[in-house]
Amino acid sequence: MFLSERRRGQLAALSIAAVVIIVGVPLWWRTTETYRAWLPVSQIKELAKLQLQLSADVEVVFARGTVTPEQQKKVPLTQTQEEERAIDGDLIILFLILLIRNTKLESKFFSCHVLFLPEDTALRYSTQADLYLLAFQDVNVYIGQRRTALLRIGPQMRVGKTLEQLLAHLEPRIKQVLQVMSFSHNDITAALSDRVRFSPDNKESIADSMRAFKSSPGYEITFSLLNPDPKSHRLHWDIEGAVQTYIQPLLTKLSPVANFSIDSQTLYYTMLGVNPRFDTSRSAYTLNADSLAHVINPVEARLGSNAASSNPVLNFLLYVPDAQHSPLYIQGRKKQEVPSNAFHSPRWGGIMVYNVNGFYGSEPEFPVDINIDMAKVMGVFLAQLRLLLGVQSSTPPPGFLVARCGSTGLADWELDRLMWSRSVENVATATTTITSLAQLLDQIGNIVINDNIAQQVSSAVTSLQLAVAELEAGNLGFALQYSKEAILASEKAFFDPSLLHLLYFPDDQKFAIYIPLFLPMCVPILLSLLKIVSEARQRRREKQAKKD
Amino acid sequence: MHVASWFQKCIEILIFYDFQEELVVRPLHSGDIYASFQFRTLWETDFMRGNKVSHYRLFPKSLGQVISKFSVRELHISFTQGYWRTMQWGQPYLPSPPGAELWVWFQDSVTDVDATWKELTNVLSGIFCASLNFIDSTNTVQPSASFKPLGIGNVTDHRFLRYATLPREIVCTENLTPWKKLLPCGSKAGLAVLLKSEKLFHSSFHSQAVHIRPVCQDWQCKTTSWELRQTLNVVFDLHNSGQGKREWSLFKMFSRTLTEACPLASSSKIYIDITDNPEGEQFELSPATSLLSQAMVLGDRRTFSVYDLTQQDTFGSVRSLNLLIRWKSTEGDMLRPLLHAERYVAGYGLQTGEIHTLMYNHHPYRSFPVLLLDSVPWYLRLYIHTLTVTSKGKDNKPSYIHYQPSKDRVRPHLLEMLVQLPPNSVTEVTVQFERALLKWTEYTPDPNHGFYVGSSVISSLVPSTVAMDTNSTRERPLFSSFFPCKEESSYFVRVYTEPLLVNLPTPDFSMPYNVICLTCTVVAVGYGSLYNLLTRSFQIEEPSPGLAKRIANVIRKMRGVPPL
Repeated sequence: MFLSERRRGQLAALSIAAVVIIVGVPLWWRTTETYRAWLPVSQIKELAKLQLQLSADVEVVFARGTVTPEQQKKVPLTQTQEEERAIDGDLIILFLILLIRNTKLESKFFSCHVLFLPEDTALRYSTQADLYLLAFQDVNVYIGQRRTALLRIGPQMRVGKTLEQLLAHLEPRIKQVLQVMSFSHNDITAALSDRVRFSPDNKESIADSMRAFKSSPGYEITFSLLNPDPKSHRLHWDIEGAVQTYIQPLLTKLSPVANFSIDSQTLYYTMLGVNPRFDTSRSAYTLNADSLAHVINPVEARLGSNAASSNPVLNFLLYVPDAQHSPLYIQGRKKQEVPSNAFHSPRWGGIMVYNVNGFYGSEPEFPVDINIDMAKVMGVFLAQLRLLLGVQSSTPPPGFLVARCGSTGLADWELDRLMWSRSVENVATATTTITSLAQLLDQIGNIVINDNIAQQVSSAVTSLQLAVAELEAGNLGFALQYSKEAILASEKAFFDPSLLHLLYFPDDQKFAIYIPLFLPMCVPILLSLLKIVSEARQRRREKQAKKD
Repeated sequence: MHVASWFQKCIEILIFYDFQEELVVRPLHSGDIYASFQFRTLWETDFMRGNKVSHYRLFPKSLGQVISKFSVRELHISFTQGYWRTMQWGQPYLPSPPGAELWVWFQDSVTDVDATWKELTNVLSGIFCASLNFIDSTNTVQPSASFKPLGIGNVTDHRFLRYATLPREIVCTENLTPWKKLLPCGSKAGLAVLLKSEKLFHSSFHSQAVHIRPVCQDWQCKTTSWELRQTLNVVFDLHNSGQGKREWSLFKMFSRTLTEACPLASSSKIYIDITDNPEGEQFELSPATSLLSQAMVLGDRRTFSVYDLTQQDTFGSVRSLNLLIRWKSTEGDMLRPLLHAERYVAGYGLQTGEIHTLMYNHHPYRSFPVLLLDSVPWYLRLYIHTLTVTSKGKDNKPSYIHYQPSKDRVRPHLLEMLVQLPPNSVTEVTVQFERALLKWTEYTPDPNHGFYVGSSVISSLVPSTVAMDTNSTRERPLFSSFFPCKEESSYFVRVYTEPLLVNLPTPDFSMPYNVICLTCTVVAVGYGSLYNLLTRSFQIEEPSPGLAKRIANVIRKMRGVPPL
């Protein structure tokens, strides 16, 4: 069929428009598109809600004579206690408590030994020296160094009570024991401090949670001896020995939580940032609590950052005041003397002032050789280290007696407590990082997502899911391990430099560059399309007129 | 008993740790003055064992951590502003090329040397606030012969050596401050008090360096220790800093005087080179000192006046030491250095060029071999077949050549050769090159300034001037002077040439946008005519009447007559 010339032109225009729209635009779109690998967005969204289930297994052992054999048989094998706590909206914490009637001792579980102890039988019964302590009448619960706690029930609970009554009586106290030995609501809130907005009334807990260092896979501990006056004092400190004796046992115990590395240095001519005031009444120099905040800055410039790793540094400074400003004492807020003569700065470290003018003798001949008493110094630093690492020594409820920590400086259950809060904190941090990365990538369209980033993100998500599952199952060690892996992977993805490559190449510039091509191409197409449409309309109108 | 134990402890500390400081001042015949500081810290430790807990006393912690983390055997880093004028000033005590230079020997336990090197340069750039992070594989070489370990240990496998220079690096206060922080006394006491940046950088030459190497503690080498040498060399200009007067003092140079030694230093001394001034006819030195010391320095027997800062009477009654050097005559000349070198680019246009390296041997009758090391970036493509070495108009065949060709964007050219320099001659090494075109993102921020090519390094054992002096019967008995003594017969010297500044063909950087616009316009024009052809409907049209006919028609219309 022979088309009219006019018709042929229209068809050509239409087909060119079709080719441009069907082939040209998608081709251009594909070739100028930024590469974005697939991310597990739905899983991230699920994680962002952070539904954590924490569970702690408890083994309750009734000592001989506490329950009758018939009652013993009737004790339920396991009993699950759940407690739901919502922290700031979508975070739900479930406490799971398992009661097990087993008499076997397994160190993996917390165990509560329930004892009936009339005063006179106490010593006869006890095989451990610890039990002796329970003989004191006002101590009802004794928490040992390992994961064991002893509960005493009074004689009134023993006689003629059913097992149900006994259990009902025990339950709140076991819960209390658990809060001391594993985790309490406050600990979890503190661990989640990054995500949770604090209400102004619990300032105390903010201060507590701000004191400890953020969870990190490793820490660098640096002991610095500051000698501002090497002309007068020649200081010797046996830091190698002191670290071996005092610090290393604690760190060995803490090794499941993080890697630690220790070093020490001596700095000369380092001054504090504040001039101490002379107190005539005590003929000594004093530093006020208010001015302590200004002490650290000038010293820190000399401390030097750790060149070899990016882990946070815990600084412990031993400051020996110069001969002209000696002795130097730190004054508390109420003008009283601080007995340790030391203070700590949250998430930074501790400073101890060590006065040496007692070594001068009657006629000092400068420089004076001074051997520093490391036991005294390390006692203070060890206490500060515990605080800064977040080994909380919260005051136990009344009636509780906590065993003194032994040579390691850390009880088993304290380590567990730390591991609970560290795992929760790691999970929270990693989730926040991965969620904000996902949001960022979602909002800014021209960030390139490499396969390697996508892989990091998915491995972080997998580790997070595993960590959450392990927390649920109560496997602390694995939970901590996976949460650490999640943190590492998420940070690696978040700080990957390849994310920045095209960030400064916005869309409007891209369009501006292509305008010389697009404008001359689109204008004739649009015009001819408009013409075709208007002609078609004209024809229809004419047809209509003919019909009429 | 306490006193005894303290005493013992003191001895221990003295053995384990040691710190020395030293300043050498050499008045130059040009009227300029050369001051060279050296600070040496010793740290006795078993460096081969991977010791995790590390305790530092005098040794700076940051460097100690770097050494142990990256398993460094030796580390040499220098930052230099200005070029050392060998012909005017003689040989420096510690030579260094302009810009930054870093060379490191790793321990043979390091498996991935390149990755460790990359990480190390990043850490060092943080420590010294310098752009050492720009060191990558394109400017790193592994010299086979020029850089041997200076400390103990006989590892000479150059797989564990990395050498890089950044000739463009600007050295300023921000590099000096971290350098001073490494000193045990900081800049609070001792010689380091003199190191004020506003004076040090107002000079014609400034070079600061850090050298770490393992050394023996005793002659049997039973114990080893790390040696950290921090050096700072500065040349003050006669006209710039000295206001044209040939008179120098510590205060004029550094705007400080000395009041004490660093209390931690076991020795703290100032040496003034008075070799050319035995009777005080050239310059006058005050306060005078009776302490003299002789030393073999750079093949020459030099005499120094010594001021010991650990002695109280050095400071005199005013309790401060301000050394004064006043020149009496402007005559006399310096002994010319036996070896010196220069380098330049020849050629015209932006396509090819030629690098000329000239090496001068000023020894009147002795020839000696030199090792020449050239590291040329990949964007200058060397034509190695055009390499010629000529001395005295004759071809001089190098006895050893190590050449590693470059790979584009991966590694530079490395050319090392051993050349014998004939006595009293100039040896010229030339090689032609072609300039490569870079990708537009590879240009530096100011590409029209040109691209730097690092200095050539010439290392050599030069016959000493003492051995040259054949009738030196003044001091030595006859029986000792017939055969030249081995230790005095030659000395090691390293000479750096100037860095080169080469222009590369530089495009107009708005070019990509222009190209896009131009192509788009061409495409649009082509497309437009094609579109026109395809969519227009063509009709046969009456041929239009000619111009004469149209004019006639207009006239006819005006007359009211029907048109033609």
